[in-house]
Amino acid sequence: MMSGIISLFIQYPFARYALIVGILIALCSSLLGVTLVLKRFSFIGDGLSHVAFGAIAIASVLNLTNQMLIVLPVTILCAILLLRTGQNTKIRGDASIAMISVGALAFGYLLLHLFPTSSNLSGDVCSTLFGSYSILTLTSQEVWICVILSVLVIAFFILFYNKIFSVTFDETFSQAVGVRAGWYNLMIAVVIAVIIVLAMNLVGSLLISALVIFPALSAMRIFKSFRKVTICSVVISVICALAGILISVAVSTPVGSTIVAVDVAVFGICCAAGALKK
Amino acid sequence: MSLITVKDLSLGYESKAIIEHLNFEINEGDYLCIVGENGSGKTTLMKTLLHLKAPLAGEILFSDGLNANEIGYLPQQTVVQKDFPASVKEIVLSGCQGRTGLRPFYTKKEKKLAMDNMKLLNILPLKECCYRELSGGQQQRVLLARALCATRKMLLLDEPVSGLDPGVTLQMYELIRELNSVKITIVMISHDISTAVKYASHIFHIGEEIFFGTTQEYMKSEVGQFFLQYDETASS
Repeated sequence: MMSGIISLFIQYPFARYALIVGILIALCSSLLGVTLVLKRFSFIGDGLSHVAFGAIAIASVLNLTNQMLIVLPVTILCAILLLRTGQNTKIRGDASIAMISVGALAFGYLLLHLFPTSSNLSGDVCSTLFGSYSILTLTSQEVWICVILSVLVIAFFILFYNKIFSVTFDETFSQAVGVRAGWYNLMIAVVIAVIIVLAMNLVGSLLISALVIFPALSAMRIFKSFRKVTICSVVISVICALAGILISVAVSTPVGSTIVAVDVAVFGICCAAGALKK
Repeated sequence: MSLITVKDLSLGYESKAIIEHLNFEINEGDYLCIVGENGSGKTTLMKTLLHLKAPLAGEILFSDGLNANEIGYLPQQTVVQKDFPASVKEIVLSGCQGRTGLRPFYTKKEKKLAMDNMKLLNILPLKECCYRELSGGQQQRVLLARALCATRKMLLLDEPVSGLDPGVTLQMYELIRELNSVKITIVMISHDISTAVKYASHIFHIGEEIFFGTTQEYMKSEVGQFFLQYDETASS
């Protein structure tokens, strides 16, 4: 059976695309996971993915061929708003995330219902929410967008690694020594938005948070320095995505939920390993 | 030589002033303790000195030899830091952040500086350890080493001994005195007036009455005597 799967990936471009995109998305989403978990922003991924769902609804009602054009800017805008308001407003961070995310979800579904673009509405909604097979139907253009954005995200992370560490560990101190913490927070928000829009292809909007936080949490059980935790979470994330895609093809389960299930299993293993280590 | 001159400074939140018309100077080699009740504006004053908050009125002048980002700052610990997976070395090195500008990585010189500061504060053997597994006193040393990476001139310490047990507190005070004796100017927020009087060269008392002056003057002043007496009866 294994050789059958491998030949499938060699033979068909759509399978190769799925693998490339899956690995890149897993890599990018785990990079900032550590920062998000530590900054207590775990739910921002969830909130933003709902926003992205709303944006997709608008895009499909408008019948845009390239949905990225509207989804990406809207999500980035909301990410900036959420991180901004988290600092000092009347509505606290978690409440504003809940508000925006549920609002966008309801609004998106309402739009799709009022202006149906295909006969299979619930099928469309389900695939946007859970990813289902959309990763196996990527066009080469979408693959290129994904590759370019991933390279940008990775470059940003490597170049600003030390700054991100400093801002995550102690924002006040870094501001005091002249790091423009507000600017870096903004950049982090933008990058998160990009990652989420990318990851919608792979796991769908309801499961993105899993892709962002599970590898980071797993790595934090075992390792004790920021660098090791980051590297480990990237490795875990890529392996889980790879395993998830292969398993889903082999036993024909939905890609997104299979990947997340593998992530959860690895988290369990890491918890056990961490407990044994102590 | 005065490092920082504060002229007619007012500070507070939004437009509500906590303290108004402050005038004082911090000179090279001073050991200034800022004392006062909770909510009297000690941390706000420190944040204003660091340019983290804009003053409501007045100005803070730095002497030629000192840039705002050349002040080492030891903030109070945050909740995030309690379960942060980071090694001691990574944290101390992040103190060099003010020197890097837009350069993404640290130079050899900066890495050596971090090593030297860890050696100075006796935490070199812990360099690969995880920050969250250290004792309170060790954590404060790590943050102090980080602050020293940012400066050789001036340290601003926000309650450096809060949450430490008495023995470790004493060690911390001695350590700060040693740093002061090698010409590093110290500005420290403290709750503990009796130790402040013991170590500091100048006292800044914020409260209903504001006092700024040398420690001797403070001990003779009305406000000083009142609080010292109160402190003694409380501790005996």
